[in-house]
Amino acid sequence: MTSLFEYAPAPESRSIVDIRPSYGLFIDGEFDEGTGTPLKTVNPATEEVLAEVATGSTEDVDRAVRAARRAFTRVWGPMRPADRGKYLFRIARLLQERAREFAVLETLDNGKPIRESRDVDVPLAAAHFFYHAGWADKLEHAGLGPAPRPLGVAGQVIPWNFPLLMLAWKVAPALATGNTVVLKPAETTPLTALLFAEVCRQADLPAGVVNIVTGAGETGRAVVSHPDVDKVAFTGSTEVGRSIARAVAGTDKRLTLELGGKAANIVFDDAPIDQAVEGIVRGIFFNQGHVCCAGSRLLVQESVHDEVVAALQRRIGTLRVGDPMDKNTDLGAINSAEQLARIRELVAAGDDEGARRWQPEGELPDRGYWFKPTVFTDVSPAQRIARDEVFGPVLSVMTFRTPDEAVAKANNTTYGLSAGIWSEKGSRILSVTSKLRAGVVWANTFNEFDPTSPFGGYKQSGYGREGGRQGLAAYLKGDD
Amino acid sequence: MSDRLAVRKTCKLYLGGAFPRSESGRTYQVHDAKGHFLANAAWASRKDARDAVVAARSAFGTWSGATAYNRGQVLYRVAEVMEGRAAQFAEEVAAGEGLSTAKARAAVDAAIDRWVWYAGWTDKLAAVLGSTNPVAGSYFGFSMPEPTGVVAVLAPQRSSLLGLVSVLAPVLAGGNTAVVVSSKDRPLPAITLGEVLATSDVPGGVVNLLTGDAAEIGPWLAEHADVDAIDLAGAPTQLAMELERSAAGTIKRVLRAGPEEPDWAGDPGLSRLRPFLETKSVWHPIGL
Repeated sequence: MTSLFEYAPAPESRSIVDIRPSYGLFIDGEFDEGTGTPLKTVNPATEEVLAEVATGSTEDVDRAVRAARRAFTRVWGPMRPADRGKYLFRIARLLQERAREFAVLETLDNGKPIRESRDVDVPLAAAHFFYHAGWADKLEHAGLGPAPRPLGVAGQVIPWNFPLLMLAWKVAPALATGNTVVLKPAETTPLTALLFAEVCRQADLPAGVVNIVTGAGETGRAVVSHPDVDKVAFTGSTEVGRSIARAVAGTDKRLTLELGGKAANIVFDDAPIDQAVEGIVRGIFFNQGHVCCAGSRLLVQESVHDEVVAALQRRIGTLRVGDPMDKNTDLGAINSAEQLARIRELVAAGDDEGARRWQPEGELPDRGYWFKPTVFTDVSPAQRIARDEVFGPVLSVMTFRTPDEAVAKANNTTYGLSAGIWSEKGSRILSVTSKLRAGVVWANTFNEFDPTSPFGGYKQSGYGREGGRQGLAAYLKGDD
Repeated sequence: MSDRLAVRKTCKLYLGGAFPRSESGRTYQVHDAKGHFLANAAWASRKDARDAVVAARSAFGTWSGATAYNRGQVLYRVAEVMEGRAAQFAEEVAAGEGLSTAKARAAVDAAIDRWVWYAGWTDKLAAVLGSTNPVAGSYFGFSMPEPTGVVAVLAPQRSSLLGLVSVLAPVLAGGNTAVVVSSKDRPLPAITLGEVLATSDVPGGVVNLLTGDAAEIGPWLAEHADVDAIDLAGAPTQLAMELERSAAGTIKRVLRAGPEEPDWAGDPGLSRLRPFLETKSVWHPIGL
């Protein structure tokens, strides 16, 4: 697309990855073909089929759960905690050693810019393993009583927006606390999880401790409803989260859910506008807006609305949309045709309901799934683009006059995952922060993540935390 | 024995700080353990439950916004006021649960002490459950527990006072507001507790006590969009499963109950505080 600056192409080489024509399930330390109908995983930037991937049937899931149970009972459960920690340290190091390979594969399979997979997804995934490795032999200090115990077999289902990172958020705490895992990656992004299976083998992780069963919704249902799964962890849509909560009702299974969001990003009139604009861009266009905690509702104090919107449009005009493998790309491809259709539907609803749409000039690539960064102004809180999670690069701008109005509008959602606030006044930041019903609040920043910082939602954004000491509680039975 | 004719109490709901009858006009008979008539209790309807949710939501800002020290003093005040009415509670517990006077009095003492225990928790939760987060970057990060919001509590059916206090006090200590459905057959201690709460500096609407049938009111609370969490302590197994399934529709936090009512005399630890607390993580850049 036309831009202020011209750049020569700077593509990352894909030669570092060796994508096989087909991949199997990873059960009990071995790869096998599984008994479901294989699915094809596609590079969303080119629509090229990358590989055929096995689909786990109910029987395959059952084999995986049995392998996980055996590993829990015989190996991983009885193992010295310090040794469990050492395996996790090994995995963290292997992820770092093979970081470039993971980043390239993630970008090919997911469509996210290589700059993000290289600088965010993969380093954070390694950091999660490193952090949790250290917990393995210190759990008696986690505030869950003197001898917290693992739950057993964890069934984990993860989304396609941060495939490797979400794997790390799930697998690292589960293993550190002594549980074993059956993980189902997302249908459209299974490849880095399968490369992770190779890492488990390189680390000599005992067979059955981590099992990876690829597939679609049916496979996920089999994982969460398997009677010998003790703990279910899910990240994904609120709709699927509801059905999982229904499925575990009346059982003894423990459940944590990390679901959708519609975060408010609140800009006060005293905010440094240029910094705020960077934060707004990071909030909504990071990872093409495929982020559950994306700052998708921009609340601007009325007096600076025009200034903020003008600066924002100027900045968006310099964003580069295109080849995710190019190191200068800011926005990559939309992950799937299905997601693109969902974004288009909600944007059309914004048009129909009377919001004013703005998009930068420029062409999108011919092949692949793409959507331009989009800003809606004149948005009213009742419109779908103000209420529904778009999960795409679409920002809805609304205004407020007083801090109370900002808080009321920010909280006017069934979600409660995250929020942002931009102001130079510390007392105002702390006051507004304490009134926001959201699990993560970024003040004068946005979309920062760290394994030491618990992450998770209020309200219908889910329950349970991932990361930090608080995140361990999801995988342990304490004395309280 | 005096020949004075006693003045009997009309048993009402405790809702939004007031003592209304059920809007439905319904009452039901309460009997003691031997089957003798004790009183007519208000039989709360789904409309009463909805009104209670509105009251609890309205009170949430005040109660959750109070300082932890203040909340602790208010909960301690509940214990003080209960102490003065211990004999009345003991009589009601003895009659309803069929206990000896000594055992009933022990249950009342334990209930009072439970308020004291939770009163002391209010200003420790942030230190025990919160954290500063040493993130790998130039940010100050911290996490703190915050109340979940409006909690529906189905109080235990057997332990009419100690059980009730054991499930209600932790909800309040965390800063939540509550809609409580009392034990159906043994509601009198709950009614008296409402009178204690009303005179203990607990703001109106923070606790709403409904006497009636959890099986009737529970489903409305489980699916109510403005209820954030539900404690299933007083729901029998089949009902508990149905309510948990229904609560999934709005992603409520659900505290499950075991198949048997526990011995409420045991040390509860944090087991009833954690389920009704959220964790908020805050990031702020460090720089000049």
